[in-house]
Amino acid sequence: MTNIGLIISFLVIGVGLLWLFILALKGREVDRRIIFIFIGLAVSVPLLFRISFSEKATPIVRDVFYKIENLPEGSNILLSYDYGPSMAPEVEPMSNAFLRHALAKNHKVFIMCLWATGQSLIATAIDSIIKREFPEKINGVDYINIGFKAGGQGVLNVIITDFRKMYLTDVDGVNLDSVPIFKGIKSLKDMDLLISIGGGFPGVKEWILFAGAPGNIPTAGGSAAVAAPLLYPYYPKQMVGLLGGIKGAAEYESELKKVYPQFANMPTPGIAMMGPQTLAHLVVMAFIVIGNIAFFVNRRRKP
Amino acid sequence: MKKQVPLTITFIVGVVLILSVFFPPVETWGEDFSLFFDIIAVFAFFLGGGNLIRVHTERIAKKKKDWGFSIITILGFLIMLAAGLFKLWNPGDISADVAATGSLFQLLYDWMFNPLGATMYSLLAFYVASASYRAFRAKNRDATILLIAAFIILLGRTPLGMYATGWIPESFSVLQIPNLAIWVMTSPNLAGQRAIMIGIALGVVAMSLRLILGVERTYLGMDID
Repeated sequence: MTNIGLIISFLVIGVGLLWLFILALKGREVDRRIIFIFIGLAVSVPLLFRISFSEKATPIVRDVFYKIENLPEGSNILLSYDYGPSMAPEVEPMSNAFLRHALAKNHKVFIMCLWATGQSLIATAIDSIIKREFPEKINGVDYINIGFKAGGQGVLNVIITDFRKMYLTDVDGVNLDSVPIFKGIKSLKDMDLLISIGGGFPGVKEWILFAGAPGNIPTAGGSAAVAAPLLYPYYPKQMVGLLGGIKGAAEYESELKKVYPQFANMPTPGIAMMGPQTLAHLVVMAFIVIGNIAFFVNRRRKP
Repeated sequence: MKKQVPLTITFIVGVVLILSVFFPPVETWGEDFSLFFDIIAVFAFFLGGGNLIRVHTERIAKKKKDWGFSIITILGFLIMLAAGLFKLWNPGDISADVAATGSLFQLLYDWMFNPLGATMYSLLAFYVASASYRAFRAKNRDATILLIAAFIILLGRTPLGMYATGWIPESFSVLQIPNLAIWVMTSPNLAGQRAIMIGIALGVVAMSLRLILGVERTYLGMDID
């Protein structure tokens, strides 16, 4: 039944595009509402019929993965959730994969955010991932959530020399001096890896400029696809690696499943979303071709 | 006096922050000034909240177009503010995490703010597709190059790129679409981004000097002199 539905959906999209192609040959432009319908179909069909593809990690993603993988157990990794709900569908699969990987490798995870909207997303991640999948991990020993502070890059300017000038407690009001995970931790310079996940300001770029580069601390990032091209100039010297958009998340998830058999059944939203992304890209490309045909036909007709 | 005080503060802060990078004895001053900045940044929330209330109450009072939405905006703001400030339904005490599971703040966030934000962002897919259809036309040589780069990236960001060109022998693997997409990102894109970044950095240096020396005064809300 699923296959029949899938075939019908593809037929509708294919025949529809062919019809528009024929119209383009006659020089007819496409109404934007028709484009919206096709994009809606291209996104929803793979979600309904669970179309997914196998992924292979590219070097820029593999570099982040093996940076975490090759750190000795018990290393300090800081995860910063620098995004809000609008960006979450695209970058949350990355933060979840980073969190799972770091905890599976028995690293100590310090979680914070430079966006006010990030604090609730951290709480959700702790509930849905750490408490559910890693019940043996103890808050304050294996991980800690120090939450949000206002100031953007100003926060980084301070915590690069002293955490306690900015953060006296964790989000539950527990003094940082009394939690075991913070013993011996003075500043960001005591971290073995900084990871910022975001796509806006402040985000990965600010972590590189105000923490990673001046403190000589390895920094990696996960970014929305639109912001990823802006970060390439920092790779590989100032930035260990980067997960760009859903594709980056899907590549990281596939690498995680390959290396850690216990994650074989973990939810992989990145891989799942590659189906809609692939079909949507194809439809966009088809419309670009159709648009160009209509453009050239009309240009030839003009005297 | 209205001009001299902010100009003096800007000069002192600017000079100290520059010196703190190069002279270790002044380093702690730079940290302190960063801390002051973070404290001032908190007041932006008060300013933002106050402004939101002012703008929307005015719209309601004057019954401007779509004033009903302003009521929803103010109600949403006040309910979320109360839920966060007074930690309503929070399982912990007043010092507990504002986003603790079960709190009204987190419930509103999860079931209203989160889906609304994601919905707004997802609309981009439709507008990007429509804009691509209209904008990516091979009108001239530059536009054609842009079009080809867009095709490579669009295909390279999906597994189809590998399915379509995976048959190309390893010795010519650079021609495989995913590798071409990486090349576009790490060569032409990188060169362009670096040029823009260096330009911006030089602009920031020039503007900072103008601010520190008091040449640029538009931030005071007045023209020169």
